[in-house]
Amino acid sequence: MVTTLTPLPTREPAPTGSPSDTPGGGPAAIALAGLHKAFDGNQVLRGVDLVVRPGEALTIIGGSGTGKSVLLRLIIGLMKPDAGQILLEGTDIVPLRETALLKIRRRTGMVFQGSALFDSLSVGENVAFALREHTTLSDAEIAARVHEALGLVGLGAIEGMDPADLSGGMKKRVAVARAIALPPSVLLYDEPTTGLDPTNVEKITDLILDLKTKLGVTSVVVTHDMPSALKVSDRVAMLHQGRIAAVGTPDEIQRTHHSLIRDFMEGRL
Amino acid sequence: MFVDELGAMSVLAGQTFYHALTPPYNLRLLVAQMDHIAVRSVSIVSVAGLFVGLVLALQTAYGLSRFGATGTVGVIVGLSMVRELGPVVTAILVGGRVGSGFTAELGSMRVTEQIDAMRALGVNHIKRLVVPRVILTMIALPLLTIIASTLGVFGGMAISQYEFNVDYHQYFNSLTSYIRVADMLSGLGKTVIFGLLIAVIGCHNGLRTRGGTEGLGRTTTGTVVTASLSVFVSDFFLTKFFWWLEGW
Repeated sequence: MVTTLTPLPTREPAPTGSPSDTPGGGPAAIALAGLHKAFDGNQVLRGVDLVVRPGEALTIIGGSGTGKSVLLRLIIGLMKPDAGQILLEGTDIVPLRETALLKIRRRTGMVFQGSALFDSLSVGENVAFALREHTTLSDAEIAARVHEALGLVGLGAIEGMDPADLSGGMKKRVAVARAIALPPSVLLYDEPTTGLDPTNVEKITDLILDLKTKLGVTSVVVTHDMPSALKVSDRVAMLHQGRIAAVGTPDEIQRTHHSLIRDFMEGRL
Repeated sequence: MFVDELGAMSVLAGQTFYHALTPPYNLRLLVAQMDHIAVRSVSIVSVAGLFVGLVLALQTAYGLSRFGATGTVGVIVGLSMVRELGPVVTAILVGGRVGSGFTAELGSMRVTEQIDAMRALGVNHIKRLVVPRVILTMIALPLLTIIASTLGVFGGMAISQYEFNVDYHQYFNSLTSYIRVADMLSGLGKTVIFGLLIAVIGCHNGLRTRGGTEGLGRTTTGTVVTASLSVFVSDFFLTKFFWWLEGW
């Protein structure tokens, strides 16, 4: 039975400048319409349509090389799509230049697959980076905010440490602390549990859930780790052959007989 | 390919000047680069300048001794060091050390997604990373050239005295009689452009690094070659330009 699963149509109507895409009638946190992206002739995305509601945690699953990370980069304008529309909290970011995008990105946070901590800066300076760049807070206020952000991700007073001295799990958590230091309304996670041991996978998964509850942020998680996806998500979307093949709640995903989802969950895809 | 690269570097240079002139200004970042670019280059530039001056005086005085004109060695060494060798030798050394350093730093930041992380945090990576490097290299290269040229001239003075019995006063007098401020400005003016070329090439190659550590090695080597060649090629045109300015 596939009845509870909600496959999206191949092309949703293009969102407008002030869209009412969510069931409640409010603007979507993220609305993607007809996104195409190719690299050197290799068509990675072939018309992605997806709506993420405010405060929702949506996980994008799919096999390796299906364009999940590309999708995240498109959402915050680190890449431009070849075609299609991206509305981030109601603003169409596709035509925007880098200067305008930088302002929009102050409201978003992204946790990169390899953590991407600045290795020339200490942990504290990494977390304080956006605060120093975008606020007029005093050193003492920044230090307090950094301590608070590290506390939120379950880390103690490690401000003086170098990123190179941290374990993989700690690096991920520092990366999350850096992303939330300037409170975001949208938080993107690119493979947050990849390369971590089971204990750290559990910790990061709990952290994503915890932040969603405490900060009320809209979260988009890209992963191929199904247990983690099912635990943190309000909805799960499957990216396959450049399109969103199916969307459903974790419960629907687990109960579905949709062959693509079953193949992915059972490791045959 | 070459035109594409040249175009991309010109765009980067344009963006760099735009962001350098647009507030906010961050002097802290400039100071941070001062140590890396200028202070740590002083020793290699000093040694190179001194020995170029020594060799130049040896070869020049040897040639002049055939005509009994060793007394003019000071002006020849001085002009060569101030107008040509000081700026070019300094630029080649700094191009190799600093330019490749920029590529390695920015390239590793690129392949480890640190540049994207910076952009994702709403920070302009050109203003934060490229502007301080380019501006500081343009400022540091003339200063380093002054050190190299001065040591070269004094090295030439010492070797002229001990090897060819050219009196210090004679050497110094021939130097000060014929070398004009325009000669010094011509040499130093070139180094500002050399600094721009070296830093933009280094930063551009770093920012376009792809293919992990192998790609990083390729672009770093490419920076040394391209920066050196750009110094030699631009030197010719800049020399012509300064001649034109001086009314030749």
